[in-house]
Amino acid sequence: MAKFIKSLERRRSDAADISSSIWMAASGEQKKKSKGGGEESSDSTEEGGQKMAKKGEELKEDMDSLMEEIDSVLEENAEEFVKNYVQRGGQ
Amino acid sequence: MAIPTVMGTEIEFGIIVKNDPDFDPISSCVLLVNAYREDPEGRILWDYDQENPLADARGFQVDGEKYTPNQQENIARNKTLINGARYYVDHAHPEYSSPEVTNARDLVAHEKAGERILEVSRREANLLLPEGALMLLHKNNSDRKGNSYGCHENYLMDRRTSFKRIVENLLPFFVTRQIYCGAGKVGSENRSHPCDFQISQRADFFETEVALDTMVKRPIINTRDEPHADREKYRRLHMIVGDSNMSEYTIYLRNGVTALILSMIEDGAIDRDLALSNPVRSIKEVSHDSNLKKEILLDNGKRMTAVQIQSEFLEMALTYAARNPIDPCTQDVLEKWQHVMTCLREDPMDLAREIDWVAKKQLLEGFIERKGADWEDSRVQMLDLQYHDTRPDKGLYYMLERQGRVERICSDEEINAAAHNPPDDTRAFFRGECLRRYPGEVFGVNWDSISFAQGEDPVRRIMMSEPLKGSRVHVEELLNRSESATELLENLES
Repeated sequence: MAKFIKSLERRRSDAADISSSIWMAASGEQKKKSKGGGEESSDSTEEGGQKMAKKGEELKEDMDSLMEEIDSVLEENAEEFVKNYVQRGGQ
Repeated sequence: MAIPTVMGTEIEFGIIVKNDPDFDPISSCVLLVNAYREDPEGRILWDYDQENPLADARGFQVDGEKYTPNQQENIARNKTLINGARYYVDHAHPEYSSPEVTNARDLVAHEKAGERILEVSRREANLLLPEGALMLLHKNNSDRKGNSYGCHENYLMDRRTSFKRIVENLLPFFVTRQIYCGAGKVGSENRSHPCDFQISQRADFFETEVALDTMVKRPIINTRDEPHADREKYRRLHMIVGDSNMSEYTIYLRNGVTALILSMIEDGAIDRDLALSNPVRSIKEVSHDSNLKKEILLDNGKRMTAVQIQSEFLEMALTYAARNPIDPCTQDVLEKWQHVMTCLREDPMDLAREIDWVAKKQLLEGFIERKGADWEDSRVQMLDLQYHDTRPDKGLYYMLERQGRVERICSDEEINAAAHNPPDDTRAFFRGECLRRYPGEVFGVNWDSISFAQGEDPVRRIMMSEPLKGSRVHVEELLNRSESATELLENLES
């Protein structure tokens, strides 16, 4: 244990600078709002139906873009990762 | 009159090193915790003299051996940070204990700051691992193989409130609050009934109502009586029933609503009989029913859903708030709780922006539908894990946050400030500022004490048994005119 603590002493970079990390870099991404529910429609049934269909389409597109991003971040070899993910019991 | 709120959380993270056949969780934790070092000399001790985890709130002392590491081990496992937090190795997990705060908003900022501190140290630690090995951390509570680790909430309470009353009032609250506090989980464990998805990460692991244990036969109400404060006046309620949440909104409600309920218990404002027939069975029944329709049996023979029981608590809280002075943060918590309860009554899936388990369920169901997968698919189980990944570019919660798909409570600036600064209004301010100003002279720290060593002189310990003393208002001027800890001690005596 003492050995690798020593190795830490040797190569230390500034661990405390969180604000300049990619936490902030990521915030440049386009923000999307996608609240379900929302406005009540007092329009005629037909217009209401069209609105519902439009909303459904928007939700679908929204989910599609979410799934695209998931594909790009999903861990490779999920099966092996999940199988090997074993923790010791804690509190 | 209820005492002011003082609270904090202790979070154990999951840890794994990919591509390392010799992975050992304990040495990996030590590597991780030591990769984050504010104290250049790295020799400040955690003061175990002040600890007594074997005292039971029901009024007795349990037999057992108290853990006290030697000095080298102590230093290697414990870091006390300038923001007043403790970052350390607990058993085989890295753990982050937030500083004491007085409101749910500060709690969110400090708990989220903990995630970032762990992520910064993870990156540093990875530089020291062999080529190809990769350390990963997850803010979750289970490996889905029957091993669980905790998210503990701590609340200061008036010692005069009977522990029996606390237990009676809290059991129905804790069994049902998961409907807006759960982090969500695929499948079940620990010999619980099979299910595709459940609301809580932890519910499967509760085996008894009230006990001192935290690692085996886990209780819904933990009786550890270690106030870390004046034990004549206070108790610290140490609650192990909660999930580790990613959503700021969920954390805000988890601690904000619970703190309000505890104030109501102190003031005798819980006046409805909601005692459950079998809390241990019910906590699992509620968790396994993400449609929120299941009725659970009360002691009085009635049956109610978790939503109905929480609505009873909400009604009592609204009455309480109308009759008692409520601070603006608690008022905001109450309004958000009302909003969430309205959605839970109508359609819980409307809460994907607010509540972890709903956000996760929507994500997983979307994936299953589009990929033609099912709940047994390892990719779905992977997504469940990855929701809690601390990497901002890989963690799925952070992905939702980046895309503006979740409600925030704090700004990034507030969270980063909380990583480097203690809260102003508790003794954590004094602790953190002493570490910032006099690092070479601090000898040891615990929640309710800080000790200084100067040359060959005996170590001198300052006790902080009042959690609300030592705030910026109390001590900043004193600290400003003390160039060193020696001067601080002289000024304190004069």
